[in-house]
Amino acid sequence: MGATMTEKIFARHTADGRARAGEIVELQPDVVLLNDVSGPVAAGPFAEMGATRVFDPDKVVLVADHFSPAKDVQSAELIRRLRSFGETYGIKSYYHTGNGGIEHAVLAETGRVYPGALVFGADSHTCTAGALNASGIGFGSTDLAAALALGSLWARVPDAIRVDLTGALPVYVSGKDVILEIIRRIGVDGALNAALEFGGPGLGALNVDERMAVANMAVEAGAETCVMEPDAAVEAYARAHGAHDFTATYPDAEAAYVAHIALDLSTLEPTIAAPPSPANGLPVSALLGTPVHQVYVGNCANGTLTDLRQVAAVLRGRQVAPNVRMFVVPATQAIYRDAMREGLLDVISQAGATISAPTCGACFGGHNGILAKGETAIATTNRNFRGRMGDPDSRVFLANAWVAAAAAVAGEIAHPGAFATPAQS
Amino acid sequence: MERRIHKLGDHIDTDVILPGRYLSITDPAELGPHCLEGIDPAFAGRIRAGDLIVAGRNFGCGSSREHAPIALKACGIHAVIAESFARIFYRNAINIGLPVLVCPAFAAVAQDGATAAVDLGAGTVTCGGHVFRGESLPPTVMAIVAAGGLVPYARGRLAAAPA
Ligand code: SF4
Repeated sequence: MGATMTEKIFARHTADGRARAGEIVELQPDVVLLNDVSGPVAAGPFAEMGATRVFDPDKVVLVADHFSPAKDVQSAELIRRLRSFGETYGIKSYYHTGNGGIEHAVLAETGRVYPGALVFGADSHTCTAGALNASGIGFGSTDLAAALALGSLWARVPDAIRVDLTGALPVYVSGKDVILEIIRRIGVDGALNAALEFGGPGLGALNVDERMAVANMAVEAGAETCVMEPDAAVEAYARAHGAHDFTATYPDAEAAYVAHIALDLSTLEPTIAAPPSPANGLPVSALLGTPVHQVYVGNCANGTLTDLRQVAAVLRGRQVAPNVRMFVVPATQAIYRDAMREGLLDVISQAGATISAPTCGACFGGHNGILAKGETAIATTNRNFRGRMGDPDSRVFLANAWVAAAAAVAGEIAHPGAFATPAQS
Repeated sequence: MERRIHKLGDHIDTDVILPGRYLSITDPAELGPHCLEGIDPAFAGRIRAGDLIVAGRNFGCGSSREHAPIALKACGIHAVIAESFARIFYRNAINIGLPVLVCPAFAAVAQDGATAAVDLGAGTVTCGGHVFRGESLPPTVMAIVAAGGLVPYARGRLAAAPA
């Protein structure tokens, strides 16, 4: 019987080399990731477990991103506790304001994610690693405290759902639209406890940034993990970021899937998920004219250089509408610098948008752009749950960067075709 | 003993269980009063120690924040029974010692404000003279529950490991 990519990656990370869907196995990760919200909560149980050392300090990455730069004394204390945990246990990979950015983007950029890797993260969007043919799994803090102490965690090997992509993306359609369409079809628990595995000729039509946008939201369909087939672009990306020892992992021809999804990319339109569910995808044409107070381009998967180029293509020579505030948050310091070198930040700030330090910030309603009661935002983030970005009576529409930037110029939801020529992207 | 039921719907996410603006708090006693604030700011005030939450599909979806089950537990919730749970929330709850039970048959009929008795050892709920059987746990998970959560379980494994 053939194996899925997830089964193969899991099997390579068990003591006996076995992992079949449905089995409970003990997994040994290549990297363990903690942030300034989940890390400090893990430090307590880690000590209570009687642990005196981390299983392998070189396999641990700490990223202060949620509240960094600290918004108040309490969050400054969280960041201090994360940093001091790293110092105590000899963890050298510590990223914060100035050298880091948002964890999932930092992990990819620093060569910690590569084909065949197994990533444990104390964050639900650890599945973003799937874009690079790795398996990322999100956990809570106590689980990761145990992983730090023992070097392994139990997991049920998930069933896999195969997604076959064909065709090419039309203009103004991006990775965000691909995943919003899949979640619209299968629902927020359509892949509950399963692995989403992507392949097909259309996958190559997405650049690595766009693949990260897709993999990132697998958890929004309830998936445990997400793995995409590798190709030359992914292998080149991994090498360029310092990963050299990896195992490109493909599914067997006879691999067993519990479901198949076929998606022709050329049929997609720019899609917006209306609040309060990522499954509420609608074509942009259905929401034209909806007024917005805030536009937010950022987050772990849609604050990439690709997104910033799309934003600049829309904003070039235009102005953000006077009644709108627009925040652009490059996902990492490296992306920030690339965007600066390309002149994108100049275009964006000329247009009247604010560019902030890389941070999670308002994506989770933490700081740096909170919504007041009754306000509406359009954001390139991944969750539009009730109160996600602020007051419980505020609303968040999820969209790609083209659509978000077009709304900033129009002051209401608008089609990006009215403001940009795709050649500028 | 009879416990009061708070009935919730499908896809209750961890942002409404414990909104992101409180994630700079780590003390359980401070988190408890904010639990389910995203649904109703008065919710926590209505919970009495020992009450049950009964929900539909995919309870605890979204963020991996352990603050969510910590807040429910600190607020006095005895157990959460649902048609299904999001994976990370389910693990977190077991790890911190907040009992969770998958029991679609009971989730389908439970009424807000009614009462039920729970036998966590047997994995059953008794309500209105009917006994509802929940899903049993795999042995690995049973071992964590039996140890009293992941902290004592991991402590045992570390103590048993060769130095
Ligand atoms: S950017 Fe948003 S979704 Fe991504 S890790 Fe940060 S808070 Fe989570």
